[in-house]
Amino acid sequence: MTTASQTASVPTVRQTAVMPVRTLSLGERLTSIGKYALLVLLSFTWLFPLYWMVVTAVKNDSQVLTVPPILFPSPILLNNFADAWARYNFNLAAFNSVFRFALPVVVLTLVSSLIVAYGFAKVRWRGRGFFFALCIATMMLPWQVTMVPLFVIFRNLGWIDTYLPLVVPAIFGHPYFIFMLRQFFLTIPEELSEAARMEGASEFGILWRIILPLAKPAIAVVVLFRFLWSWNDFLGPLIYLKDEAQYPLALMIYRLQQTVNSTGNTAMAYPHLMAVSTLVALPVIIAFIIAQRTFIEGISVTGLKG
Amino acid sequence: MAVATAPGSRARTPRLSKQERRNQITGLLFISPWLIGFLCLALFPLIMSFYYSLTRYDLIGDPKFIGFENYERLFTSDPDFWTVIYNTFYYVLLGVPIGAAVAFLIANLLNADIKGRAVFRSIIYIPAIVPAVCAAMVWVFLLNTQYGAINGLLKSLEWPTIPFLSSTGLAKPTLVLIYIWAQGAAVVTYLAALQDVPRTLYEAATVDGANAWHKFWNVTVPLCTPVILFNSIMGFIGAFQEFTLPWLLTGGGPAKSTELFVMNLYRNAFRQLSMGKASAMAWILLVIIVVFTIVLFRSSGRWVYYGGEK
Repeated sequence: MTTASQTASVPTVRQTAVMPVRTLSLGERLTSIGKYALLVLLSFTWLFPLYWMVVTAVKNDSQVLTVPPILFPSPILLNNFADAWARYNFNLAAFNSVFRFALPVVVLTLVSSLIVAYGFAKVRWRGRGFFFALCIATMMLPWQVTMVPLFVIFRNLGWIDTYLPLVVPAIFGHPYFIFMLRQFFLTIPEELSEAARMEGASEFGILWRIILPLAKPAIAVVVLFRFLWSWNDFLGPLIYLKDEAQYPLALMIYRLQQTVNSTGNTAMAYPHLMAVSTLVALPVIIAFIIAQRTFIEGISVTGLKG
Repeated sequence: MAVATAPGSRARTPRLSKQERRNQITGLLFISPWLIGFLCLALFPLIMSFYYSLTRYDLIGDPKFIGFENYERLFTSDPDFWTVIYNTFYYVLLGVPIGAAVAFLIANLLNADIKGRAVFRSIIYIPAIVPAVCAAMVWVFLLNTQYGAINGLLKSLEWPTIPFLSSTGLAKPTLVLIYIWAQGAAVVTYLAALQDVPRTLYEAATVDGANAWHKFWNVTVPLCTPVILFNSIMGFIGAFQEFTLPWLLTGGGPAKSTELFVMNLYRNAFRQLSMGKASAMAWILLVIIVVFTIVLFRSSGRWVYYGGEK
């Protein structure tokens, strides 16, 4: 940002916006330093809880309780991660989280949302505007309103304590992703699908061969966010899963915390709690670092939250 | 958020050609997964939920119709209802505006001519995607009066400790602080909006002798008001429904000072098995959210700038 008195003629002003030619004044330099200082301070504040999670995970009990708090623990107990993981059946929980919950939900959501979005974007039919508006409107519907009846329905189906109530609804698509994919499909030129139609391609053929290859960035957003939401989901499993053998990771951490709270400060309670939290948060952070662009695009386009 | 209009939305003609009829069927078939889901998992439960709200229902027996008694009791004799309403409004009305303001300011800071923008942006964003359970675990520990790092530091300086989550006075503001910490997605959205503000506007303002403050208030803010509106609405809707973080951070305590609406609703449904009462609460929440959204939209004419169109 260029500030203060600029006596130069208009063209040079335009240039300074792109490449600063003149040297910065003292005031500008101070502002710049101030901005960096503020950003660094903010970054430390924002990261500190996560840092604290990781360092506590490698401490022992006496290091946890020391006053003043130890910022750089020594020794670093890397064994804590394996010990904490073994304290409850976290292997099973990880299996549940990935293979019984997140993956099926991602696949079903993707397939159904792609089909529905195609119907909203690429097929011309009467009433699609109305139905699309209805689809958008359901995004605003608070889940609490349907929570009790859905619970009753799934209970009558005998689905309590299974992943079915969490997975089966994905067959019907997800309004967020239908919306996002539809917006994306609209940017694909109509001529492409029209040409394929002339050559006798079916609508599914067009979706599969023409639209899909072009929609990879949007598909990446769906896969990433849907996986993340399932991985992070706490409430759904809390409502539907009672038996510990069914728990996904989020519930298993909660289970560990409940034990710690009810039995008081048992040995290694905090390091272990932080160790499993770290291990469950880590894949998310790594995924973000690898697929940063997809994440940022996903949020910027649709305002999706994490 | 401009919803792009579909190409070739046709003028309405009463009779459909053969091709059009086929398109009509194809279109409906393609959206049928969503439509069936809408009917079975949204519309039907919505109606049932209203019906349940007029009954006494504990899942064991059949629902017993009692008219508006659930609502009446909630408003007049329920011991928790008004506390929960107060807590929720406190949390929402403090958290959402402050959260939006902080996110917007951070986004502006990131939008300045700085090196390492992507790194700073990532750091601010990561807390928003870390599983809520993990975040809650570390915050509970960090803010603990006995073992927490912050109080540990205060102790070593021989200052009094702060009972962040364990005092009725501080627990709510502490929840708001943690809410703000998790606003990274809003920062990213605002940053994207800021980068769409045409540079020429700032240059023109500079030529007119505007300082940084003027530019912020007269160029940046007005041009970002549509995004601010959208984000605030989503923010309010989300905050009214907040459950996971407060549930794990405080469980509603101490002395119900952080018991938010949905936590109480959940408790009524799945701990007390008062499905009728829980449904009534859900409908009250729906009305609150709808009214809030409408008010925000209505007010938006006064403060949202839509690129010169009025």
